[in-house]
Amino acid sequence: MKEKLANEIANLIANAVIDLPKDVEDALRKAMENEEEPAKTQLKAILKNIELARQQRKPMCQDTGTPTFYVEMGYNFPYKDVIREAIIEGVRKATKEVPLRPNAVDILTGKNSGDNTGLHIPYINWELVDGEECKITVMPKGGGSENMSTLKMLKPGVGIKGVKKFVLEWMVEAAGNPCPPTVVGIGIGGGSDIAMKLAKKALLRKVGERHSNKEIAKMEEELLNAINSTGIGAMGLGGKTTVLDVHIEIAHRHPASLPVAIAVQCWANRRKSLKIDKEGRIWNID
Amino acid sequence: MEYRLNLPVGEDDILKIKAGDTIYITGLVVTARDEAHKKAIELYDEGKELPIDFSKVAIFHCGPIVKKEGDEWKIVAAGPTTSSRMEIFEYDFIKRFNTRIIIGKGGMGEKTAKACKEFKAIYAAFTGGAAVLAANAIKKVKDVFWLEELGMPEALWVLEVEDFGPLTVTIDAYGRNLTEEVKEKAKEIAKKIEF
Repeated sequence: MKEKLANEIANLIANAVIDLPKDVEDALRKAMENEEEPAKTQLKAILKNIELARQQRKPMCQDTGTPTFYVEMGYNFPYKDVIREAIIEGVRKATKEVPLRPNAVDILTGKNSGDNTGLHIPYINWELVDGEECKITVMPKGGGSENMSTLKMLKPGVGIKGVKKFVLEWMVEAAGNPCPPTVVGIGIGGGSDIAMKLAKKALLRKVGERHSNKEIAKMEEELLNAINSTGIGAMGLGGKTTVLDVHIEIAHRHPASLPVAIAVQCWANRRKSLKIDKEGRIWNID
Repeated sequence: MEYRLNLPVGEDDILKIKAGDTIYITGLVVTARDEAHKKAIELYDEGKELPIDFSKVAIFHCGPIVKKEGDEWKIVAAGPTTSSRMEIFEYDFIKRFNTRIIIGKGGMGEKTAKACKEFKAIYAAFTGGAAVLAANAIKKVKDVFWLEELGMPEALWVLEVEDFGPLTVTIDAYGRNLTEEVKEKAKEIAKKIEF
């Protein structure tokens, strides 16, 4: 089972770095049709690149990211013991075969491990859920956009207005650096770690999908329109589409704290998922 | 305007180009990120020899994926990396090596714009993430330096390119900086937004 799953994980990573999800591509195409120069040229180049990557089975971006995983494991899923090792093995295999760029560097020696594994890397977010199945999602997270991710512990007195203002100002400051048009994940509440986890997990949502809470959904649209009205545009060269979408996740907060985390994802908003059932059958899911 | 440039280029070629123009280049492009900039400047200041004449090539902020087939290196994917990380080095780099064309993504700041004006150079943006598009314009890996020491992403990859582009010039030799202008305008707009 471990070897079979490692192979499937390697395929999943390959597909994630080569084949951009349809919702993201559709949003980019819509943005291109809406745009004027010089942003139109940028978006055309992005769309052409997406097509070439698929045709030539090559990673769409040379930064194949930090391999980040989300595992939703059923309490009664029978293969719990192999998941971690299969993921690590799958990462090693994909690094060699696709190939991926080796992106795991020792913080003290500066040495690149060469196979995308190292301390806490690949990073696995574990979640126990009801049932007998297991869902694994890979998000290869690029460094350029990650460098524009941030966390701020706001004073609760500034309220939700203050949260919106902070997000808007931050995205203007980020400008062309995170490879816009981006997708922005925002985590509000909890503690610092919870906010950041929520922000990043929010990136797994499809472009166009709104939060189930109507007020949060409204806030997502308000921020989407506000950021786009600033005119940063594709690659920061000026234009109408700076962000493809804004996704917010929330948690209750401590009375003294108002954490706001922003996770920025480049246009190459890569993610792919698979499922395993109790018989050990594995299939890809959208 | 659109220009097709053959490297190396001189001051006259650079002075024709304005911020907002599109260029395509043919010739030698060398990848250099944070570590390579740092090392090149240090070696120069210590009076040591450098493996490349940086005045004759374009510098590309890029950490490619490269694989070896037989004795030959092949580029798999090679889009630009975020140029603002090199802002702390670029003035010193251009001043020492007289590089005329810097390629990256996301734009660069005041110090690089100052270097472009003083030493007649330009900065041009390749579409971020468009790594296969870039790889298709790379005809050959001519050489690689500092690979052992700096690793694949940070090494100096010497690439023969043909019609490499489209590159949007965002900093010209007259001191104009397009991405900074966009950002300043965006800040003004953001200030007026009430939630």
